[in-house]
Amino acid sequence: MDHLLTAVAWGAALLQALLYAALAPLLVGWIRKLKSRLQNRRGAPVLQPYRDLRKLLLKEARVAHTASPLFRAAPYIVFVATWLAAATVPLVAVSLPTAAIADIIVLVGLLALARFFLALAGMDVGTAFGGMGASREMLVSALAEPAMLMAVFTLAMSAHSTNLASVIDYQLGAFALRPSFLFALGGLILVALAETGRIPVDNPATHLELTMIHEAMLLEYSGRHLALMEWAAQIKLLLYGALIANIFFPWGIARSFAPADLGIGLAAVMLKLFVLGAALALGETVLAKMRLFRAPAFLNLALLLALLGLLSQVILEVGT
Amino acid sequence: MIALLIVLLTPVAGALVLAVLRPLGPAGWLNVTVSTITFAAAAWLTWTVAASGEIAGYSFRVDDFNVYLVALTAFIGLTTSIFSRPYMRHVCETGLTRKRGMRIYHAMYQAFMFTMLLALTTDNLGVLWVAVEGATLATVLLVSLYRTPEAVEAAWKYFILCGVGIALALFGTVLTYFAAQHVIADPSAGLTWSTLYRHAGHLEPAVMRLAFVFLLVGYGTKVGLVPMHQWLPDAHSEGPTPMSAVLSGLLLNVALYAVVRLKMLVDGSLAASDAPHLAGYLLMGFGMVSFLVASLFLHRQRDIKRMFSYSSIEHMGLMTFAFGLGGPLATFGALLHMLVHSFTKSAIFVTVGHATHIAGTQRIDHIRGLIRTQPAVGWSLLIAVAAIAGFPPFGVFTSEFLLLTATMQAQPWLTVALLGGLAVAFAGLFRNLHPMVYGAAPEGQKPVRANMLPVAIHLALVLWLGLAIPGFLAQWLDRATELITGSHLL
Amino acid sequence: MSITELPLLQQIVLVLAAIVLFTSFVLLAQARLVAAIHAFAWQGALVAAVTTVVAATGQTPHLYFSALLTLALKALLIPWMLHRLTRRLAIDRHVESLRRPALVIMAAVALVIFSYWLVLPIVQQELAYTRNIVAISLAVVLIGLLMMVFRQQAVAQVLGFMSMENGLFLAAVSATAGMPLVVELGVAFDVLVAMVLFGVFFFQIRDSIDSLNVDRLNRLTETTEEDVAGEGG
Repeated sequence: MDHLLTAVAWGAALLQALLYAALAPLLVGWIRKLKSRLQNRRGAPVLQPYRDLRKLLLKEARVAHTASPLFRAAPYIVFVATWLAAATVPLVAVSLPTAAIADIIVLVGLLALARFFLALAGMDVGTAFGGMGASREMLVSALAEPAMLMAVFTLAMSAHSTNLASVIDYQLGAFALRPSFLFALGGLILVALAETGRIPVDNPATHLELTMIHEAMLLEYSGRHLALMEWAAQIKLLLYGALIANIFFPWGIARSFAPADLGIGLAAVMLKLFVLGAALALGETVLAKMRLFRAPAFLNLALLLALLGLLSQVILEVGT
Repeated sequence: MIALLIVLLTPVAGALVLAVLRPLGPAGWLNVTVSTITFAAAAWLTWTVAASGEIAGYSFRVDDFNVYLVALTAFIGLTTSIFSRPYMRHVCETGLTRKRGMRIYHAMYQAFMFTMLLALTTDNLGVLWVAVEGATLATVLLVSLYRTPEAVEAAWKYFILCGVGIALALFGTVLTYFAAQHVIADPSAGLTWSTLYRHAGHLEPAVMRLAFVFLLVGYGTKVGLVPMHQWLPDAHSEGPTPMSAVLSGLLLNVALYAVVRLKMLVDGSLAASDAPHLAGYLLMGFGMVSFLVASLFLHRQRDIKRMFSYSSIEHMGLMTFAFGLGGPLATFGALLHMLVHSFTKSAIFVTVGHATHIAGTQRIDHIRGLIRTQPAVGWSLLIAVAAIAGFPPFGVFTSEFLLLTATMQAQPWLTVALLGGLAVAFAGLFRNLHPMVYGAAPEGQKPVRANMLPVAIHLALVLWLGLAIPGFLAQWLDRATELITGSHLL
Repeated sequence: MSITELPLLQQIVLVLAAIVLFTSFVLLAQARLVAAIHAFAWQGALVAAVTTVVAATGQTPHLYFSALLTLALKALLIPWMLHRLTRRLAIDRHVESLRRPALVIMAAVALVIFSYWLVLPIVQQELAYTRNIVAISLAVVLIGLLMMVFRQQAVAQVLGFMSMENGLFLAAVSATAGMPLVVELGVAFDVLVAMVLFGVFFFQIRDSIDSLNVDRLNRLTETTEEDVAGEGG
């Protein structure tokens, strides 16, 4: 355990957390750029989200007179919770000190905390859009969470631990083409689409009443509050991307703190996120957003995949 | 072997020719001719087996158990084809079906005979499955021949339910093959019944238990065991009468034969395990339930053919129970019962066909006064129903008596249930029969042209078997009993 | 032995078998008829793929022929026939959803667990990697049965029946490395004839009740009081 307490280890952990905050807008920019290209537009530059965040941070934050203190506090809580959750997910290296709390249940809990405050903030001001967005978000997440947990348990059953670092270590050590992981991957992808508010569940670029879920809850925010909320959403997307990339395709992640390993780890994860981002952009261009009442069917499919993963684990993979 | 080849190939050739033969008259006669040749070859085959023991080779096997079923099938196929020739001509003239339907009818009739004979004579469990499924497929179009909504519904139910059942039987076959692979080195011999029977003691009991459950449910659907019997009353009543005769008289026997063959394997496998009589108990359970449920349902029927279909279910239940009971006495009784039930039931359906022609309907309420209008039909119906209900001196009484004796020796309390069921069925049959035969004939009811010779032959045979079973037949059944149970009766 | 000790080809077989189970579920719940036919075609193709890989790993060359037969019959010919039938019957845009999809899916999951419980003790002694696929194949058979029970459209019921046959073929391949070729050919022939007859039946049903919803075929029950007997044939 000595190496966990060394300054290098903690430095790497801090660096990873900062990387999350720094890379999140880049991922979103890359996805938007690719989507624009696929739609035959030139699109905004890849670094545009940074400029948007800077603009918002410098602007004045206007708050409705019906808002409670919760409304002002919520962006900070949401941002910190999401960032903390992201910091636990191994991005570049596996054996960081934060690995001790990198339990998947903790991750789900932190994200739920963030979502809780987001929904509350949406309802706080008393506008129709906020309440509507909050209830829709709760519908989607109430169905997505069992699917996510089921997929997580499938992974945990193979690795005999719910700790993310242990799961990734296990995968690196004993990689096999497992049906359960395949199903869990499918389930997690669907859950990720739902939780991060991408097509086909929610359109991140819309402000039409009929189609907003996440955007509806942010509608009343401005200035630095809006910047924090947007950044939190981008970090959440990066979180899910890193989760999927590093658990199911763990090759390249650094297992020690040698600079060469860390460099390879960073390059590997950026390549994986590059590919995942392209896949997401392609998916968003090809698919259409579903009507809201079909979201339960979508999430039931995710739950079914996760359940099949669990069943495959027990039936096909457990040897005598 | 040559006899066997002729027995199998004649119906195939007949089916192919009949599929293209357009005129109805010659088609009917050709059907009869082909059936005659098949019967002659079957008789030859029987003679050979009786003289020199079993014939086996090329995955075929004709031993004492199935040879008499082969002869029975060919015989009833022949008599029914004789009955069907003028009957279907009349049906065609009254417009219930078209000429094109007749080609399919004759071709499928022979194809059906082929699949049944193949199922009876093959030694390979996989081919047995293919043949039984083939028998279902051959008759499915015939049940819906009249194209009424009820007929189409009956045929669809038949197709779906039997298809599902048969698929479960295939799973059971796969499991049997799986068990065989550990014991028999040669993979192509793993499905051969005779090889499996020799090594039955070494087959894994757990696998065979599960396999037998699937096989019983699967082939039991085709036997008509409750609760998988739902297709039987519909299919047997909505199809043309010759179809009902062969379905009730022959196909049910073939399915039961398959179940008994597999039970022989499973008994060998389970003999050393902790539940050696499981197969027997399962058969007894299903048989008893089918018997009781069918005799109760008999009372509710308003359609004459449905009523007799339930009677078929009842008798098949009785036979299944007997085979499940085991032991030489019950098995001898069951084998005899298969014989007499086929004769009687096909005779009944032929007579019913004529009766419905006279009355113009299948509703029991509307059939009256048969004995006054056409005494031959009325008397035949009366005698045939008396036979099937178990009156002495007919053969059914003999076999049921043997079965009751065996039950009293093995499981005395079940005798009460058997007697009760027999009484209930008897009451149901005669309650419906009496007004049909003796009631006041409606105005304008005229006799029809009816060839009652096949019926007379069948009933005479049943009477003969009841009064005095000929020596060679008794010896034959005894040898079959020994094959199944391992001990003689006589 | 656990999955990590198996060679790659055998791991692929397990993955393919799991995807076959998934197509079973898709077939069960798929409302659009044409999409269901495609799901069935994929199921057939995957079963053929499993057979091919088993043939490659187990050195049983006759399985290659069975795989080809399954591919030709179940993945190409029968879906093509069903497709043609749905076009001729003008139901290719038909959407028929299950009344209670959640309950039916849960029943299907329960059937998977049941078949696992039923089959596993008897294949426990086997060391071959395919033993667990027997549970999957029984599950596919039972889910096909469930589909026949709960779907009301005649074509959907036929798809359930064919899916049962797929499961049975998978059971034969996984438990016993394929049945003798004669039997396989016989079974394939039976399935083909059954398909042809089903096609004939669709037209007969449609002509008699003007729809293909088999729940409307309900004249022949024990509780009908009406006069439904034939006219004496």
